[in-house]
Amino acid sequence: MTENKKGRYGPYGGRYSGETLMHALFELEKSYREAHADPAFREEYARLLREYAGRPSLLYHAQRMSLDIGTTVYLKREDLNHTGAHKINNVLGQALLAVRMGKKRLIAETGAGQHGVATATAAAYFGLECDVFMGKEDMIRQSLNVYRMELLGATVHEVTDGTATLKDATSEALREWSRRIDDTFYVIGSVVGPHPYPEIVRDFQRVIGDEIRAEMLEKHGRLPSVLIACVGGGSNAMGTFYPFIGDASVRLLAAEAGGEGVGSGRHAASVTAGSTGVFHGMKSLFLQDDEGQITPVYSISAGMDYPGIGPEHAYLHDTGRARYYPVTDQEAIDAFEYLSRMEGIIPAIESAHAVALLTKLRSEFTPDDFVVVTLSGRGDKDVEAIGRYRGKIN
Amino acid sequence: MRKDNIIDTTFKKLRAEGKKAFIPFVTAGDPDIETTYRIAKEMIQNGANLIEFGVPYSDPSMDGPVIMRADKRAMDSGTRLRDIFDLVGKLSVEYPETPFLLLLYFNSIFVYGVERFFDAAEKAGICGLIVPDLPLEERAEAQPCADAHGIYLISMVTPTSEERAEQIATSATGFLYCVTSLGVTGARKSYATSFAEYFSKLDSFSDIPKCAGFGISDPEQKRKIEQYCDGTIVGSAIVRKVEQGIEAGLNSEEIARSVGAFVRGFTGGKSNDPSVL
Repeated sequence: MTENKKGRYGPYGGRYSGETLMHALFELEKSYREAHADPAFREEYARLLREYAGRPSLLYHAQRMSLDIGTTVYLKREDLNHTGAHKINNVLGQALLAVRMGKKRLIAETGAGQHGVATATAAAYFGLECDVFMGKEDMIRQSLNVYRMELLGATVHEVTDGTATLKDATSEALREWSRRIDDTFYVIGSVVGPHPYPEIVRDFQRVIGDEIRAEMLEKHGRLPSVLIACVGGGSNAMGTFYPFIGDASVRLLAAEAGGEGVGSGRHAASVTAGSTGVFHGMKSLFLQDDEGQITPVYSISAGMDYPGIGPEHAYLHDTGRARYYPVTDQEAIDAFEYLSRMEGIIPAIESAHAVALLTKLRSEFTPDDFVVVTLSGRGDKDVEAIGRYRGKIN
Repeated sequence: MRKDNIIDTTFKKLRAEGKKAFIPFVTAGDPDIETTYRIAKEMIQNGANLIEFGVPYSDPSMDGPVIMRADKRAMDSGTRLRDIFDLVGKLSVEYPETPFLLLLYFNSIFVYGVERFFDAAEKAGICGLIVPDLPLEERAEAQPCADAHGIYLISMVTPTSEERAEQIATSATGFLYCVTSLGVTGARKSYATSFAEYFSKLDSFSDIPKCAGFGISDPEQKRKIEQYCDGTIVGSAIVRKVEQGIEAGLNSEEIARSVGAFVRGFTGGKSNDPSVL
């Protein structure tokens, strides 16, 4: 564990929350610790992952890519999970916890819509009420996911404040939790927010890394050499990296949203270009000005269009344990097409950032390396936007 | 020895006179810093006891729509911390017996630099800070600096504080900001909280002055609540008044006067600051 009792990761993390939510955060932490220690809870969670989410996900040997890049490439296929992304791993855990705590209603923020869809799915499964907050911009970018959530019985609330994207949806979900706290469980979608959320989300996502580790050891008798994942808030990357933090031989590489290039000012590369601040309940790295005003961010990927990163990532960056690279929209789109053609797998535009980082850093890898890229989600939701970008769809 | 914080002397005086504090809030720089200056003067001349300035923030995640819009207007007019320190610096010279407070998110302090911030705040004559996202558990980051500069960190307690309320009340300085409803800032039609129960419990923990805030929008509500506590804080309703002035195309002077008249409705109009003739 890199966090201490107060939810700190080095200087990062903490619980910078309004007093209205403090008691609920302590209650959540206590309930989580009890659930975590309860074998029945853990077994039920494992059963849900197995029988409902379809885990374990495949660790797929991408042979054509391996040949092309000159190393051994494996893809961790989170895109094959139920609802099409890694988000379901975390949501099933939190929803199970919500039920255990006697909550009747789930609320969530969503960017690309994947976390919102996963939350709406879990609410349907458990028979809970569900409200999802989504920026107006993202509702346009990801209209299919809006309908998907509604189909699952959730109410989607349009957020028009600020840049009308993920950060504003997160602020609105926090406000809603303050307004109605008794029967409501706030399902945070990434390793962000006040303690204990970054820890809870990471614990529910570490199944990604645990499965990679077990399968590598079983089939190859070794650990991977490199792990690559994309980061917005950073949940799939944290889940991938976490079980390997103590293994110095395993390189941890993360792709953040470079947008139109870090020099352009239109990006969401909070590690590369951010500074330490306190926002959304946590101390971490944020894109902000010299008086702490959060600056507008941009990425083609709605899921990575967030001005900060989870506190544990900020710490992994500081200590040099993981490295963070900006990947531009253009590089991500190229990778989106590359993976589709090379392996017959259409990745989410978020996940395409991770694939792009693999191709960018190809000269650093040898044929003896085992490089595992986490494909956090599938690309159906992005096909239309990319087609339009390429002028193939009107 | 450092001189007493005038928040203490203000409440001591009010209690001795059997009066309640009225604390209006306005977003600094909405629509510009000059108007805020005029509004503050009007509020003091019309009976405000303490003045609370909101520091505009890009993402005010604990505020409702009225203050969010005000923050946006203030930021659009280019309001910076320097302007707010200058504003209070000017007012605290003119009204040495009126305590000025800032309400701001912790990031505004943290990124400016905690030591640098408190140094500037003390020089400006700021008496207290309300930092809604700096709960007791995270206070250590600012408390030593606040103490060294003689500035109070005003604690907030809410109906959901539960077992935390005692520790918050007993460690509070200046006054205790008692949130009387759930949710974010903004006007409300009714309250779920039983005031008698809420405040008598807080009174049992500490003798510190207690002021009610969140959702108080008219003099009737103020009168109803203040019989249970030492004062009231009105924010969004005043900020909305400013907004209505802007919407009606009033000039700076007219906006300030309309806010002054609105404050008079709460206070009865008599100034408490002896420097006001």
